[in-house]
Amino acid sequence: MAVPLEYYIILSAFLFVVGVVGVMISRNMIVMFMCIEIMLNAANLAMVAFSRHLQNMDGHVFVFLVMAVAAGEAAVGLAIIIAVFRNRESVDSDFLNLMKW
Amino acid sequence: MEMVMFAVAAIIALASAVMVITVKSPIASVLYLILSIMAQSVLYVMLAGLFLAAFLILIYGGAILVLFLFVVMLLNIRYADMGSDSLGKLKPIAWTFAVVLLGEMVWVGTGVQAHFRGVDETFGSVPEVAALLYGKFVYPFELTSILLLAAIIGAVVMARKGL
Repeated sequence: MAVPLEYYIILSAFLFVVGVVGVMISRNMIVMFMCIEIMLNAANLAMVAFSRHLQNMDGHVFVFLVMAVAAGEAAVGLAIIIAVFRNRESVDSDFLNLMKW
Repeated sequence: MEMVMFAVAAIIALASAVMVITVKSPIASVLYLILSIMAQSVLYVMLAGLFLAAFLILIYGGAILVLFLFVVMLLNIRYADMGSDSLGKLKPIAWTFAVVLLGEMVWVGTGVQAHFRGVDETFGSVPEVAALLYGKFVYPFELTSILLLAAIIGAVVMARKGL
């Protein structure tokens, strides 16, 4: 039995919401960062599914570019986390309240 | 058969994504994310995205998440004293918004209702995607190099001692 398109879209929605919830409930900056990766992957899955549905490979190129952005984001973000850890001895996002309000 | 494969891959992808945000240890969290990525690459293969499936494992599982693993190893975080309750009294609002967002997205998803038609054997293969990358999308592709250069410079600046 073939899998219809909406199953992939619903799975992508669930993955995205797991990422959103992770960013909200987590205090560890590394875990928050990984949740952003989960959200990017959820969007990628939807794009690949729609690409298959429309029989058009432009979506694959977009997924490729999103992965490049994710790689750059991971490099800069992890450098920021290391810099924060060096100054504050912690990756707890609650300690970063210098610019709050 | 295809449905069974989809169900197994989807359950692994979703369950390990949930484990990423629930386990205490950051190392286990990264490893669960790698498992989730592997399961998603199975879904990419089922959607005829062979190039992207390989790319997902090589770049995501092999490069980006190993970078995370390195950082977790370098920082040596004491995760035991890190609670997970940072929302306080905003918690019900946050969960309400999460449930509303999920409901919206599932509602939109169920409205799609389509079955896949057949595609060529070559759909999503390396030569086809490469022809698009170096043809129709050559400018975005080349601009990616500037983005990555900016990311490299940013990472080097952030990692300097004086900061």
